[in-house]
Amino acid sequence: MSKSYSVKKGLDIRLKGAAELKAEKAPIAEEYALVPDDFHGVVPKLLVKEGDSVKVGTAVFYDKSDERVRFASPVSGKIAEIVRGEKRKILHIRIQPDRMQQFEDRGLVNAVDPKSLITSLCEAGAWPLFRQRPFDVIPNPDSQPKAIVVTGFDSAPLAPNADFALSGRESDLETGLKALVVLANGKPVYFNKKSGSQVDTKVQGVTVNSFSGQHPAGNVGVQIAAISPMNKGEVVWTLDAQTVAILGRFISTGHLDLTRRVALTGSEVANPTYWDMLPGAKLSSVTGGNITSDHYRTISGNVLTGHGHGKDGYLGFYDHQITVVPEGDEPKFLLTTGWLGAGLDKFSASRAFPTWLMPKSKTWKLDTNTNGEERAFVVTGQYEGVFPFDIYPVQLLKAAITNDLEALENLGIYEVAPEDFALCEYVCTSKINSQSIIREALDEVRRECV
Amino acid sequence: MEGGKLKRFYVVYDGLETFAFVPPHTTHQGAHLRDGIDLKRTMFMVVTALIPCLLFGMWNVGYQHYVALGQAATFGEQFIYGAIKVLPLVIVAYASGLAVEFLFAGIKGHSIHEGYLVSGMLIPLIVPADLPLWMLAISCIFSVIVAKEVFGGTGMNILNIALTARAFLFFSYPTKMSGNVWVSGNAADFTADGYTGASALGELANTVTTKDPSIVDPIMKMFEPDGMYSISNAFLGLIPGSVGETSALACLIGAAILLFTGIASFRVIASFFIGGLTMAFIFNMIGLNAYMTVDPLHQVMLGGFMFGMVFMATDPVTAAQTPMGKIIYGFFGGFLSIMIRVFNPAYPEGVMMAVLFMNVMAPTIDYFVIQSNIKRRLKRAAILAA
Repeated sequence: MSKSYSVKKGLDIRLKGAAELKAEKAPIAEEYALVPDDFHGVVPKLLVKEGDSVKVGTAVFYDKSDERVRFASPVSGKIAEIVRGEKRKILHIRIQPDRMQQFEDRGLVNAVDPKSLITSLCEAGAWPLFRQRPFDVIPNPDSQPKAIVVTGFDSAPLAPNADFALSGRESDLETGLKALVVLANGKPVYFNKKSGSQVDTKVQGVTVNSFSGQHPAGNVGVQIAAISPMNKGEVVWTLDAQTVAILGRFISTGHLDLTRRVALTGSEVANPTYWDMLPGAKLSSVTGGNITSDHYRTISGNVLTGHGHGKDGYLGFYDHQITVVPEGDEPKFLLTTGWLGAGLDKFSASRAFPTWLMPKSKTWKLDTNTNGEERAFVVTGQYEGVFPFDIYPVQLLKAAITNDLEALENLGIYEVAPEDFALCEYVCTSKINSQSIIREALDEVRRECV
Repeated sequence: MEGGKLKRFYVVYDGLETFAFVPPHTTHQGAHLRDGIDLKRTMFMVVTALIPCLLFGMWNVGYQHYVALGQAATFGEQFIYGAIKVLPLVIVAYASGLAVEFLFAGIKGHSIHEGYLVSGMLIPLIVPADLPLWMLAISCIFSVIVAKEVFGGTGMNILNIALTARAFLFFSYPTKMSGNVWVSGNAADFTADGYTGASALGELANTVTTKDPSIVDPIMKMFEPDGMYSISNAFLGLIPGSVGETSALACLIGAAILLFTGIASFRVIASFFIGGLTMAFIFNMIGLNAYMTVDPLHQVMLGGFMFGMVFMATDPVTAAQTPMGKIIYGFFGGFLSIMIRVFNPAYPEGVMMAVLFMNVMAPTIDYFVIQSNIKRRLKRAAILAA
C-alpha cells in the first residue's frame, strides 16, 4: 500500500555549489584506503599484511565480534601500508591500485533463499552495505528485521539528485530490490522516493512511498518514524537507493563493484559535477585543480554529517557526496561580521538576522566557523522545529549527557541516529555537539541494554 | 597563561576579547557548518526589545514627577530628569552583577556567559526610580550569586534572575518597594490631585478590604475614562509605577521585536495573556469588591502584567521547555498574576510572585508532558507485543 508522507519540520540549508547534472568516470586515484572507522562499532581483524596483492572484492579485514562480516577491498592492487594510531588502532589500510582492475569472481549468486543469499553477501564482503536501526551500525546477519527500508533520496545540503544518480541503473536497482524482498522473508520492504521523483519500481513485494518536505525528510530514520516507529527489541535494515543498485550489480555479475555516482559540491569547487568513483579513493583525485581557494576543508559526505577536517581524505564507504567549504578560522569583529553586525552573510534558522526575509532562491557561502562559543542549553524550542520525530530532543540529549539509560530508553533512543540530530546541532544557539552525544549514548545503550 | 600568576585575569581578557571578536573556532566534530546565531546575538535582541520600555520609562519618570509637583515642564526637561534618575540604576545594575559574573568565571575558570546582559537591563526597569543605588547593587549581587551561580551559572538557574532581585528588594526593603514610592520625588511635595505616589495597583488594593463608598468611589473614579488611570493612560503608560513597566504599548513593541525575531515563545506570551484575561473575567463575574469589577483588558494593562508577560515569563531557562508545557505554564502565570494581586493587597505586584511560582512549577509541568510522551511510546510497544 503506497502512501504519501509530508514531513512538516526541518530545514534546507541553501548552500552555494550544487553539482551540475553531468557525470564523468573518475580517473584511477593514486591511492585508495579502507577506513575501519567508516563502519561504526567494528573492531577490525586483518586478513592481509603489507605487500599483499588484493583484487576488487578480496576480504581485507573482518569484524572481531562476528567473523562472517568481512570488508572487501574496493580496488585491485597492493596493500601499501597499514596505518595505526594510538594503542595500535588501525586508522586506515592504504592500497596502491593496479593499472588494470581485477575482480574476485563470486559466480552466480543464489538470490532465492535468504540464508544462502546472506552467506554469499557475507563471503563477498557485501554485507556491510546494509545498516540497521537502532544504533546505525552494520546488522547482525542473524537478526530478524521487522522491515527493510530503502531511502530513495538524500535531502541533505547539496545532496546528489537521486534521479540523476540512478539513471541508467534501473535494472540493477530492480535486481537489488528483488534480493531485498527475498531477504525480508515475508516482512515488508519499503522504497521511499522523493515526491515527484522519476525513480520508480514495480518489483512485487516492495511498497513505494513518497516523501515531501525539507531536510531531514530523506533520512531513513525519519522515514521509519513516519511509517512505523522503532520499538525496543525491533530491528530495521536500511540502505540507500544507490547501495541497492550496487547490491543488484553484484547479484547479476558476481563482481563487487562499489562504483557509485558522487556529487562534488560546495562553494569552493570551480566546476561542481558528478563523478563515478569508488569509495576509499583519495579525494584529491577529483578535487585536484578544481578548487578556487587555498584555505578550505574537503568533506566526504555532506556538511552536516560528513567526515574529514583537512584538505584531503578518502571517500567514505557510505558516502556519495564530496563537499568543499571555506575554513572559517579568522576572528570576526563584532560590528562588521560578528554578533552585532547586520548579519547579511549569515544563514540562520532563527530570525535574528535579516537574511530570513531574503528570497528562497538565494544560496549561501558559509564557512566552518562555529559562530559562537559553546554554552549550556538556554534557548528552547529550536531543536523541536527541525526534528520530525515524536521525541523531545533536548530531554533525550540531557538523558544522554547524564548517562541515564532508563530515561534514554523511555524517551526514544532506539528511534534515532546521530544524523537525525545533525540539524539540531546546526541550529543550536549554544553550539552543543549533539551528534557525538547521541553516538556515545547509542554505544552505551548497545553495550548495556541489548 | 595556564597556571600563571595572572590566570584569574585571563577570564577578564578572554571575556572582553570574545565580546569584541567572534573567536576563530572552527567545527571539529559533528556538523561542519553552524548557524550564525549565538547566545550573544540572542541576548542582544532581547536588550533591543527592552529599549522602547527604557526610553519611555526615562521620560515617564520625569513626566510623573513634574505632574505630581504640579509644575509645567518641557519634554526635554522631563526626559533629562528621568535619565538622571534611571541611567545610574542601569549602570549600577550592570556593574554590580557583572562584577560577580567575572569573579565566578575567574574562580571556576570558564568563559563569561551572556545571561546577565539581559538581567542587568531588566532589573532597573522593574524597580522604582528613587530606589537607593546601594540597595539595587545588593539585590543584583544577591540574585546573581544565590539564584544563578550556586546552580551553575547561565542556563542552570531555576528562578528568573531579575525577579529574584526584585523579590529580594521587596521583602528586604518594603518601605522602598511599596506604598507611595512610585513617583520620583518627595511625596510630601506632591500637590496634583490624586497623586499620592502610589501605583494604580496600590490604590486598587485599598478597595479590597472595604466597601465604604467614601474610600472606594474616589479610587474607582480614577479608573474611569477621564481619570488618572484610564485604560488609555494605562495603555500608553502615563501612570506611576516601576521605571519600565508602565507602558503596555512599549511592552507590546518589545513583544513584536521578540516575536518577529523568533526569540520569545509565542505560546508563552499568548497563553499568559489569555490566562490573565480569564482570571479577570472570572473576577468580573464574581464581583465581590471594586477591584474585581475592573474590566479585564484594563486589568491586564495595569502594573507589571504586560512587562512580566513579555520579558519575564518568556525567559527560556526558567519557563517550561516543552511546547505543551509552555502553554500550561503561560496560562497559569497570567491567571495567578491577576489572582494574587486581587486576593492579597499586600502583594499588589502579583506578576512577580506568579512568575516566580511558575518558575518553580515549570519542571513539574514538563515532567507530566514528557510522561505522556513516554506512555504513548510504551503503549505502542505493548500493542505490538500483544
